[in-house]
Amino acid sequence: MNASHLIGRCFAPKFLLAALAVVLPVTLQAGVTIRILGDSDVGAGGKWMRAVCQEWAKKTGNTLEYVNRPKDASDTLRQCQQNWAAHSPDVDVYMIDVIWPGIAAPHAVDLKKYYTDADLKQFFPRIVENNTVKGKLVSIPYFTDAGLLYYRTDLLKKYGYSDPPKTWEELAEMAKKIQDGERKDGKNDFQGFVFEGTASESITCNAVEWIYSFNGGSVIDPDGKVTINNPNAVKALDNAKSWIGTISPKDVTTYGEDDARNVWQQGNAAFMRNWPYAYSLGQASDSPIANKFDVSVLPKGGDSGKNAAALGGWNLMVASYSKNPDVAADLVKFLASPEIQKRHAVDISLLPTRPELYKDSEVIGKNPFFAKMLDVLNNAVSRPSTVTGSDYGQISAAIYQNANKVLNGGESGQDAVVNIERVGKQILQ
Amino acid sequence: MKKQSTKSIALRGLFYLLVVFLLVFNLFPFLWSLYSSFRPSNQLFSSDILPPFSHDGQFDLGYGIANGLTLDHFRSIFADPRFVAALINSIIVSGATVLVALGLGSICAYALGRLPFRFKGPVLYLVLTMTMFPQIAVLSGLFMMLQTLGLFNTQPGLILTYLIFTMPFTIWVMTQYFRSLPKELEEAAYVDGASPLKVFWEILLPLTMPGLVSTGLLAFIAAWNEFLFALTFMITEPMKTVPVVISQFSGVDPRQFPWGEIMAASMVVTVPLVILVLIFQYRIVEGLTAGAVKG
Amino acid sequence: MAKEIDLYARQKRLAWFLVTPAVFIVLLIVAYPLIQVVYTSFFRAKLDGSVEPKFVGLDNYANILADPDWWSAVRVTLLFTVFSVGIEAALGLGVALVANSKFKGRTLLRVAVLVPWAIPTVVSSQIWRWMFNQIYGVVNVIMVSLHIVPETDKIAWLAAPATALPVIIAVDVWKTTPFMSLLLLAGLQLIPKDLYEAASIDGAGPLKKFFSVTFPLVLPTLLVALIFRTLDALRVFDIFYVMVQGQAGLQTMAVYNQIQLILFGKSGYGSAVSVIILLIIMTFVVLYTRLSKTSFE
Repeated sequence: MNASHLIGRCFAPKFLLAALAVVLPVTLQAGVTIRILGDSDVGAGGKWMRAVCQEWAKKTGNTLEYVNRPKDASDTLRQCQQNWAAHSPDVDVYMIDVIWPGIAAPHAVDLKKYYTDADLKQFFPRIVENNTVKGKLVSIPYFTDAGLLYYRTDLLKKYGYSDPPKTWEELAEMAKKIQDGERKDGKNDFQGFVFEGTASESITCNAVEWIYSFNGGSVIDPDGKVTINNPNAVKALDNAKSWIGTISPKDVTTYGEDDARNVWQQGNAAFMRNWPYAYSLGQASDSPIANKFDVSVLPKGGDSGKNAAALGGWNLMVASYSKNPDVAADLVKFLASPEIQKRHAVDISLLPTRPELYKDSEVIGKNPFFAKMLDVLNNAVSRPSTVTGSDYGQISAAIYQNANKVLNGGESGQDAVVNIERVGKQILQ
Repeated sequence: MKKQSTKSIALRGLFYLLVVFLLVFNLFPFLWSLYSSFRPSNQLFSSDILPPFSHDGQFDLGYGIANGLTLDHFRSIFADPRFVAALINSIIVSGATVLVALGLGSICAYALGRLPFRFKGPVLYLVLTMTMFPQIAVLSGLFMMLQTLGLFNTQPGLILTYLIFTMPFTIWVMTQYFRSLPKELEEAAYVDGASPLKVFWEILLPLTMPGLVSTGLLAFIAAWNEFLFALTFMITEPMKTVPVVISQFSGVDPRQFPWGEIMAASMVVTVPLVILVLIFQYRIVEGLTAGAVKG
Repeated sequence: MAKEIDLYARQKRLAWFLVTPAVFIVLLIVAYPLIQVVYTSFFRAKLDGSVEPKFVGLDNYANILADPDWWSAVRVTLLFTVFSVGIEAALGLGVALVANSKFKGRTLLRVAVLVPWAIPTVVSSQIWRWMFNQIYGVVNVIMVSLHIVPETDKIAWLAAPATALPVIIAVDVWKTTPFMSLLLLAGLQLIPKDLYEAASIDGAGPLKKFFSVTFPLVLPTLLVALIFRTLDALRVFDIFYVMVQGQAGLQTMAVYNQIQLILFGKSGYGSAVSVIILLIIMTFVVLYTRLSKTSFE
């Protein structure tokens, strides 16, 4: 480690000169060590990000140490909070979830001074707004996410359907027919619909989508009014309950993102709700389902409902405890630059945070579904993180525990909304 | 006489049945993971639990082995420098933890079990309190302490925190051992004019060797398997220990949950412990019988 | 006489000398976190220091005791502790007795018994989670092939508390029985052989021998093992955390603690939970020591 550090120092000036001349508008200190807590190695994101960060290090003559985050988002948040509480300079750049700016704000460098207003306008305004807490730009959008419906084009055709389902009712009907047919053909493990039902942030996203799609609101509205206790929200939860054991396996209530994807990726499900990362993995040349599926917006709750997609995504922040905030901010700018975001989208199908890239022919060529994504993202529903701020964890836990309990048959949808409402009111009082 | 022997044969049969049950109960999950670590990924996610033994409608063992077992997972983990570094890290941290815990723990236990000492009760209660704290609760306190001492993200820092769960256990068990040894042993030595330290070193310590070996082994395993502290206090890659690396394992193919790799890595970290047990089992038994019979 | 007094004084001096380093370490790594947790428990405070801590007296404690989720966690923890420690003690003694008798393949059994203990908890929880997977899990596959459950209605073991808790207890029993049996085996081997010979001469059968010789002599070791296992079980975290995450009705006290302290970042409330857990565990220790009449002197 020391040796590489020394090498970094000796050779840094050369690289720096070159880099300065080509890209960097700001003067940098040469050869410091930057640590980034980046994407998890589970899935493709971590490997990709690690390599790109090293490119930056090589280009700028700095040393980069990559800190692999835990697979689970909650574990990652714990690690972040611990470092922040100790004012630890050990990590300079953090990749944070779109729901954490309220928690992270006191520990972040205001990134406004590194961007002009014109620069910032190139990102989705909605995410920049989400990342701005009391006038402070806490983080820069790195990639965004939205819930999608994955469906098997070959099986839809086989059972006489031409289009993906418009409503959840249609989805249930189609899933049942395909599941019964496939099982009759000897595929006993075939499932109609898989999703993330485990009691964690995963099901919170799903539940927010169900409720919003049935016109049940977004749990807490932006003005701080708790809206969850309404008949449409109850209907949405009870509707999800009706899938368990009919079109979804009973232990879907223990599935996280990758558990659902495992079933899907083996060709054992007709429909799946998941994030865009599953697209490029499913289309890989040796994947059993390559060219046999497509994605669409999630169904509406009844004919009068809405297409709802939960807004997800990750952002990059610089800790105010960093010893080299300017260098760290340079790494952030590099990672969020149009060039890198484009490669991100082409290589591993993660959604860029710059709208212009959705018109890029190379990006669309690799991920045809991106063309529909602008619309999906513009209509995406946010989890109630802005209004609850650093108490978001509590409302999310209330949502995921109660939604999971409903699916397991532990309580009715009506009980669930009452319980979630109680927690929401406690937080906001 | 005849009746007696049928009865004893039946008892013997029952006894072996019990042995077989215990073997299956203890080993099945391990063997199942071992088997899983050799299966190709596409077969892991299917409900056919056996390799494809039938081929062209005929039973074919060779075909089953060739198509149902693979060394890929092992190749891929050993090609990963992070896994290899983590192995070495785990060995250093666990080994040092055991040495410190046994060293300090056993001399403390000798004093508590054998020597006149006024504060035995308070010390043992203190030691016990130490074990009672939920690890989650001490986590943030320990984190602050390591930062203050400048030991965050270092091996000595992790070793220090591992003493929380290895020291009390060592002190307790070793105190029991020292207490159970007969008084006459040391009295004779004291009559001959030996010093208390010499009595400890030359007479009592060798007798407690089996206890030291088994507590040392348990301490080693506990340190080797520890997850929460390692996850929190060691953040950069060259510092991570095996359980953390396994839990963050990505495998070669991001398209599949790296179940095969996880199983292969688990086998690699478990086998050295099994070998340790095999070696020390002999010492435990020999040392104990020799000590107990002669003493 | 003078020499004896001299020896006593030397022993006393040595004792101080030997105990100090261990106690110093204990104080270093426990005193700081302990004091901090007790102190924080009287405040309303955030883990990341984002709000100014405010002294609230015993409010945190009152709020915990009024929270139904806390009581559910207490119930789950106690159920888990009673069943897992009870089964482990009985099974561990059985294994130790078998492993202590002479028969062919004894070494194999002794090694086999230790294997589960040697597998990292993170991994073994995953193994079991995998074995109990509804679709691909070997348990359901076997049950289907034995026609215990129909193929179309495999059991979702980990989805509901009623089946998940027994599975988790089984995993814990599997994993920690070796600890029990190894300790008990060491205890058994300390029993002098001539006691058995004497009992044989008195005409005692195997059962009588067990109750008059083995059990009383192994009891102190059993109690030590029980104390340590109970303390562990009351703080159980990782098995539950890996196997069922935050599922309602399947939280233990430590999981509840983790959620409040870390996930919700309520450091005052979370610290108060830690203190209550500590008090509960201390009660168990006092009970055990009273029960066993173990004296510390």
